[in-house]
Amino acid sequence: MAEVRLLGEAFSASEELAAFTAAHPEAGGLVSFLGQVRREEGPLAVEALELKHYAAMTLPGMEALAAATTARWPLDGLLIIHRYGVMHPGDPIVLVAAAARHRRDAFAAADFAMDHLKSQSWFWKREKTAKGWRWIEPRPDDHRDLARW
Amino acid sequence: MAARLVFLGRLEDIAGTGELAVSPGPLEQVLAALDPALAVELLGERVRMALNGALLGDAGAVVLADGDELAFLPPVSGG
Repeated sequence: MAEVRLLGEAFSASEELAAFTAAHPEAGGLVSFLGQVRREEGPLAVEALELKHYAAMTLPGMEALAAATTARWPLDGLLIIHRYGVMHPGDPIVLVAAAARHRRDAFAAADFAMDHLKSQSWFWKREKTAKGWRWIEPRPDDHRDLARW
Repeated sequence: MAARLVFLGRLEDIAGTGELAVSPGPLEQVLAALDPALAVELLGERVRMALNGALLGDAGAVVLADGDELAFLPPVSGG
């Protein structure tokens, strides 16, 4: 019931969402979250972002997260797509969508999956600004978000 | 045959490579053969280890065999 993909190439969030919606006509509520590379101005603007993954663990970890999510809420469907590789402002990074009979389950499931993708999945992120590449460490907020669950 | 070390995230920059073939043996011995500056980073408090894709609780007793892959995982940041 869950569809999990780890992609090295760009994807269209709108097309993925349209397909997911069409696949779940029985769901009364559909919640999605799209994370994209910020487009900013100024000297600290991010020019590019790179996500690295580890083949032995990243996709298996995402599949375990999907299983934990569908075990916790009664969902009709769950979609998790996460990019790796080099991305630029405006590029989608992550798409999570949950389909359920009732909206609260869909909201909670998508929120739970995103919090865990941010701070518990096997990805390493670096950003390129005018000053060069810099590895991004997790923010304290990310761990606080996890504690909600 | 050899064992393989895998360096993720910023550890790849410090090591200057994503992977390194090493002689099998106890972890202590494997690390002692590396650049000490790299070994210190690999043993950092926030770096976790995974042997053949499975997280290690206690890395102290690890002995690498032929074909083993030991990954060093710094704090993650996805999404």
